[in-house]
Amino acid sequence: MKPVLFANARIVDPSQGLDEVTSLLMQDGRVAGIGRDVHGPEGAQILDVAGLVMAPGLIDVHVHLREPGQEDRETIATGALSAVAGGFTGICAMPNTDPVIDNQGAVGFVKAKGEAAALARVYPIGCVSVGQRGERLAEFGEMTAAGAVAVSDDGHPVMSSHLMRTALEYARTFGIPVADHCEDLALAAGGAMHEGIVSTRLGLKGIPAAAEEIHVARDIILAELTGGHVHLCHMSTRGSVELIRRAKHRGLQVTAEAAPHHFTLTHERCDGYDTSAKMNPPLREAEDRDAIRGALADGTIDCIATDHAPHHYDAKEREFDDAPNGIIGLETALSLAWRELVLSGRMTLPALIDRMSCAPARLWHLGGGTLRPGSPADLVLFDPAAEWRVEPARLRSRSRNTPWAGETLPGVVRATYVGGRSVFVRTGDPADGASAGKRRQA
Amino acid sequence: MNAALLGKDLVGLESLTPEQITAILDTAEPFKEVSERPIKKVPALRGKTIVNLFFEASTRTRISFEFAEKRLSADTVNVQAAGSSVSKGETLVDTARNLEAMRIDMVVIRHGSSGAAQFLGQRIRSNVINAGDGTHEHPTQGLLDLLTLRDRFGRIAGLKVCIVGDVLHSRVARSNIWGLTKLGADVGVCGPPTLLPSHVTDLGVTVFRRIEEAIEWADALNVLRLQLERMTAGFIPSLREYNRVFGVTTDRLSRAPKDLLILHPGPMNRGVEIDSDVADGPHSVILPQVTNGVAVRMAVLYLLAGGSPDWASTGGET
Amino acid sequence: MGRVLARMASELVEQTASGGDLVLVGIQRRGVQLADRLAALVAPQLGRSLRRGTLDITLYRDDLQAIGPRPEVHETRLPADLNGAIVVIVDDVLFTGRTVRAALDEIADFGRPRRVLLAVLVDRGGRELPIAADVTGLAVNAAPDDHVAVLVRELDGDDAVDLIAGATR
Repeated sequence: MKPVLFANARIVDPSQGLDEVTSLLMQDGRVAGIGRDVHGPEGAQILDVAGLVMAPGLIDVHVHLREPGQEDRETIATGALSAVAGGFTGICAMPNTDPVIDNQGAVGFVKAKGEAAALARVYPIGCVSVGQRGERLAEFGEMTAAGAVAVSDDGHPVMSSHLMRTALEYARTFGIPVADHCEDLALAAGGAMHEGIVSTRLGLKGIPAAAEEIHVARDIILAELTGGHVHLCHMSTRGSVELIRRAKHRGLQVTAEAAPHHFTLTHERCDGYDTSAKMNPPLREAEDRDAIRGALADGTIDCIATDHAPHHYDAKEREFDDAPNGIIGLETALSLAWRELVLSGRMTLPALIDRMSCAPARLWHLGGGTLRPGSPADLVLFDPAAEWRVEPARLRSRSRNTPWAGETLPGVVRATYVGGRSVFVRTGDPADGASAGKRRQA
Repeated sequence: MNAALLGKDLVGLESLTPEQITAILDTAEPFKEVSERPIKKVPALRGKTIVNLFFEASTRTRISFEFAEKRLSADTVNVQAAGSSVSKGETLVDTARNLEAMRIDMVVIRHGSSGAAQFLGQRIRSNVINAGDGTHEHPTQGLLDLLTLRDRFGRIAGLKVCIVGDVLHSRVARSNIWGLTKLGADVGVCGPPTLLPSHVTDLGVTVFRRIEEAIEWADALNVLRLQLERMTAGFIPSLREYNRVFGVTTDRLSRAPKDLLILHPGPMNRGVEIDSDVADGPHSVILPQVTNGVAVRMAVLYLLAGGSPDWASTGGET
Repeated sequence: MGRVLARMASELVEQTASGGDLVLVGIQRRGVQLADRLAALVAPQLGRSLRRGTLDITLYRDDLQAIGPRPEVHETRLPADLNGAIVVIVDDVLFTGRTVRAALDEIADFGRPRRVLLAVLVDRGGRELPIAADVTGLAVNAAPDDHVAVLVRELDGDDAVDLIAGATR
């Protein structure tokens, strides 16, 4: 790999407190230096990326890659490609595949597939319980030795408080978080959307906010009891935000994530029984969406994670009750965050990069999340002034289930590098997302 | 092809204007007379093919639609489809496309999922009539209830109508709420809080905590059937308690300040939500509801058919 | 109009002189008013009982698509027993004959009259079916795209027959 000097990028790296237009030298797969006076050795490629933002590669701690077992919707390779197209250099793969990832062999399989794809770094997550059945603990030790970075029964909540407690205690041995899908199944059972005026009008059974908040409260209490690290997945309600805020105020080891749809859309999107608005936890009220935005701004919610959930077209082309939950999100995340959080003035760009890169890396003890000289060159270049049109057929994911189909979003990922290798470059084809404000490279 | 008064489909009353609802009720009047004739048939829909696509078992609604269709001289086919797309094989989309391929003019659908009628209507060219989708709407029931009230009171505006019972799970209740509020009635709901939907007051209705208060206030009661499953699912402790606290009993009605009209969509759980004496008594219009049901369904089919797809002129493939 | 109706009434009485139960059935809408007036004129001359009926043929039309977005179906009321009666269909304008065909179908669904006669105020020609009036008020030579309408006092405030040339062109 030739050394590359990126010149004139606005480099935003909160891990170094950096936000300035300067140059970065990438050599031997690492960041070799940052500064105006940095220059490359003989033969280095010089790229003038004036107008672009450069940031440490984004990291998504909550992604469903569907392999093994559901490869018609996504594979580790197609998911990793979708990731780099969205500017992500690291993704954590949830274990609710078929079969689930509850043993070292399965963890090794996911890791190997990710390495073979050689795109975004794929970090396997192991199950909390064997078979995700919520009965007994999976082998955290064996799984972490094989490469698992966290445990989760996501797809399901850990209903038994005893199991959650023991999971948190046991996970301490390996320094990994227990990521919980917070949902009281007794309250939520059969629900298809948020319980509110829209569900009443549509005649759909609703999932009350309480179903999430009850488990959030429980998990916070157990985190305090055990001293373990609980990570709260896909937060969606203002009540949850309140609980987390108070927990952090007391210094508890609680981290949380939120998905772009929860800071962008509300339950009104379900009108007309649109299954592209069906997910779990569901889209909530405007006040909840606003609370999530505020929580990301003030750091109560530590990171943005997409909960990328590929589903086949046929599966979503169904009566609302029967349609599966979830939408894809890797390729739209940065644009949505840019629009809803930064362009709107709610957050600064450095704060956003923290939520999408530095914080996930730091809190889950993953590599990346920084452009400090010497660190692996995992970085993203994006054009904040350009726009692109979401055309499902052109997305890199194998699935098409996105509610933003046909919409024009701001912010275009121009290139992604993992370990100094170029793993994604957006072509100049206008259909591929080049439009007003496109910059040319020298 | 004309744009019919109602558009292509009848999915619910929520999307209709007061004028459209009134037009349907007005059109139902002459159809009442047809059912009184010795030959209960008019050729208005002669040659039209109508499929009754019922995913949920329902004798009375299906029979009512069947009479309506046959009295309009349409050709009727009953399809008892099994369950949901997921559980039983052929998806609703495929069922829809197969029907369209057979050049069906109209489909009357009853399905267990809210939104199923709209889902079907968006995917086939035939007219789609919602005979009940999940807990969303049952528009022809709402319409026949309105017609029955109008018959007795001469108007809907200003009437005080209270819907009693399991409003949460009731598509009949929702359709009634939409129809009544659009035509200017005052609507109340009464039932155990566990069986009233959240945000129900946002729909413009008053909540009565006790049946006695509702009876004191209303001109008419629409009593909903209480299903056994509600007890096993924990919404109410027992049927007996429900009757004791919320039952429309002769005793309670005797203390009503006015002559309350009693409606019930059927089938009735005698002795649970309604006493036999009340159901069979002089204030009950349960049987006229059934008669009006056929007339209303004839009116709906007739009005929709005015804008139904003309297969001949479109020359085959879409 | 009064004179025309009087003449029609006499002709009607003549044609039904052979006896039998007479039923005057007016077709909605203006045929109803005309039938009312004819009945009043016929009754004293008749010497036997006369029954009235009204008929709306909208549900028997052969052109469902052309009805329009808001079809209005008016009252149909016929005496219970038509079997063996003499039915006189009364309408305002006879044009293509399709309305009368629909009326014949509808009457057949109510019973089997001994005889059916047709009395119209205006015959404008332009028949599309083999239908002829037994009693005609006045014959008018109208082109296919002319508009011929009868106005009655009870509904329109005045009695008149309008011919508007080229109105439907």
